[in-house]
Amino acid sequence: MSKRVTIDPVTRIEGHLRVDVEVEGGKVSKAWSSGQMWRGVENILIGRDPRDAWAITQRICGVCTTVHAIASVRAVENALKMEIPVNAQYIRNLIILAHGLHDHIVHFYHLSALDWVDVVSATKADPAKAASLAQSLSSWSGNSVQEFKKVQDKIKGFVASGQLGIFTNGYWGHPAMKLPPEVNLLAVVHYLQALEVQRYANKIVTILGSKSPHIQNVAVGGVANPLALDSQSVLTVERLLAVKEWIDKLDDFVKNVYLVDVAAIGAFYADWTTYGKGIVDYLSVPDIPLDSKGTQFAMPGGHIANGDVSTFKAITSFNDKYFTDGVAEAVKHSWYEYSGGDDKALHPYKGETKAKYTDFQENGKYSWLKSPTFYNKPMQVGPLAHVLTMFAAGHAPTKEYATAALDLVSSIAKTKVGIDALHSTIGRHAARAVRAAVLQDELVKQWDLLLANMGKGDLKTFNKPVFPKGEQVGVGFHEAPRGVLSHWVVIADGKIKNYQCVVPSTWNAAPRNEKDAPGAYEACLVGNPIADPEKPLEVLRTVHSFDPCIACAIHVMDEEHTEIVKVKAA
Amino acid sequence: MKIVVLGVGNTLLEDEGIGVRAVEELQHRYTLPPDVQVIDGGTAGMELLESLEDADKLIIVDCVRVNQPPATVIRRIDDEVPAFFRTKISPHQIGISDVLAALQLRDRFPKHLALIGIQPKSLETGIELTPEIAATMPQVLAMMVEELTNFGVVVTEKA
Repeated sequence: MSKRVTIDPVTRIEGHLRVDVEVEGGKVSKAWSSGQMWRGVENILIGRDPRDAWAITQRICGVCTTVHAIASVRAVENALKMEIPVNAQYIRNLIILAHGLHDHIVHFYHLSALDWVDVVSATKADPAKAASLAQSLSSWSGNSVQEFKKVQDKIKGFVASGQLGIFTNGYWGHPAMKLPPEVNLLAVVHYLQALEVQRYANKIVTILGSKSPHIQNVAVGGVANPLALDSQSVLTVERLLAVKEWIDKLDDFVKNVYLVDVAAIGAFYADWTTYGKGIVDYLSVPDIPLDSKGTQFAMPGGHIANGDVSTFKAITSFNDKYFTDGVAEAVKHSWYEYSGGDDKALHPYKGETKAKYTDFQENGKYSWLKSPTFYNKPMQVGPLAHVLTMFAAGHAPTKEYATAALDLVSSIAKTKVGIDALHSTIGRHAARAVRAAVLQDELVKQWDLLLANMGKGDLKTFNKPVFPKGEQVGVGFHEAPRGVLSHWVVIADGKIKNYQCVVPSTWNAAPRNEKDAPGAYEACLVGNPIADPEKPLEVLRTVHSFDPCIACAIHVMDEEHTEIVKVKAA
Repeated sequence: MKIVVLGVGNTLLEDEGIGVRAVEELQHRYTLPPDVQVIDGGTAGMELLESLEDADKLIIVDCVRVNQPPATVIRRIDDEVPAFFRTKISPHQIGISDVLAALQLRDRFPKHLALIGIQPKSLETGIELTPEIAATMPQVLAMMVEELTNFGVVVTEKA
């Protein structure tokens, strides 16, 4: 007999997501992903000044503030066919890269590691053995026996008091937890250290963005940071040297802790390289522009079909029609209606945001998310898509770190693990760690480029936008921490006429499309084992591996709401 | 002394933005000494960790759902605040509750805590507060000022 499991809301993510799975013979046979909140921000923007859109869109979500600001100014600049000063590109790039590192570190340690790491088991570890294991894997200075003992005592105190605090709601002792106590302790020690380290990435964003969590320095046409070699109250060389210090501190953690931990934990969960494959059509966009026009990028992007890297087709500029012509959104299974009928997908410039709520109807409408497609097919986006496409494009740092990570996994697991293992739940974590190492190296390069350009006497950071009469359309895309983000704007006589945001989690968490093809979460959940339907940890593992962010971030505090897992006979 | 007044909420969802609007109003109407940091936290999570570390007093202003009529303003003090968070799982999971838990884990929890909560009327998409919730602003401001004054902070109304 099959069972129906409903998880509502899925916890430890941003936003409100409901996931339903049908379980047959201990495995998921069918899945539905349902965004439970309406994101009507597009409607707020209509009629407003395009120069204000970035400040409004960056309030969509709590963890993705900078990304919406970046995509929004790029969209308006694209519509106006503007070039922006290279200094502005470098400063934006530094913010993008630091924000990406912040996201990846927090996602792995604080939002998803506890799906794999049993905190209670860590209290039973031998701290000396755990520390010696950690020391054998990396040169990180935080791997001393004293440090491991200190953290273990702290966790023991938490467990003894019955107040697990931040570790409440974990599936401790679940049969799918496979790490030895020492590896669990190692991961908990690094969890705590990551809380400290994530602050460094945030400091970089704060110094460059003038404010955090909501940056204030972005503007259509560039950035509002006046650059100077010496003067006070502007972005000086002195403040940039402080930024460099934080960059160097991050480097040690990303390469000697994060990348190593993902490989070590992944090696113990080798079976999870066979689950969570799902959609193997991948989409990413190029980012980290190096010129004023957006035709050269430090990080490539594009499309891969059927998981075959030899099919890679690059997207090469901010004006590439291959991207702009390929994107559409369907609402057949979403709580919206299109004036021309729900059976056809619409291009974002023609996009409509008109609500039509029904109940959850598994064969009808069941989500507030639309269903985006690229040339009529659902895509998987995110770090895995980005790493595979960069790998396919021959990006040397990506090849280097991907190979190093897979070699480390192979040596711990004592079996050869190749790049095909990345098409999986655990592979998405590995790809994110590889991407973090790539972002880290690029952060150093962008800092050097900015300083070198300032040294040449170029201090320009802003070109004034001019809004002509008539209608202009533009797209701004950005390879955000969760994948492809695009903002689409139609401007008429200097005011916003239409605005659509196609966000990464919409690509991945989408409901079935107009042809009833499932979205990435839905496809990736099929075949996942479920040891205990009352405690569907395995579902959370696969959903969390995408770093879900149901971009709307309502967060009313609620005294009575608790996570509900409902199980019933299907 | 480190005193932090933190407004949180999503300013695109009508009354959800009351916390952010309230701290803006506090800065607009009052002169505060330099050891008081006023933060527009938006819907952020871990980015706030550093700003809240080792605070002597943290005052959080937010939209809360406590099964009261709209525009009800509540106050929770010290131990009641983490208890308030502990019993709920908000859809915005990596919000303020996790930041508080992380501060606790790092032994950098605020010495004193106050939560000023406002029951919303509407969370529809929109950047204005509903008139009913906007009308609570004087009461919310008075409570913020009272919290600060009781902690020995000199708060002066701008001319």
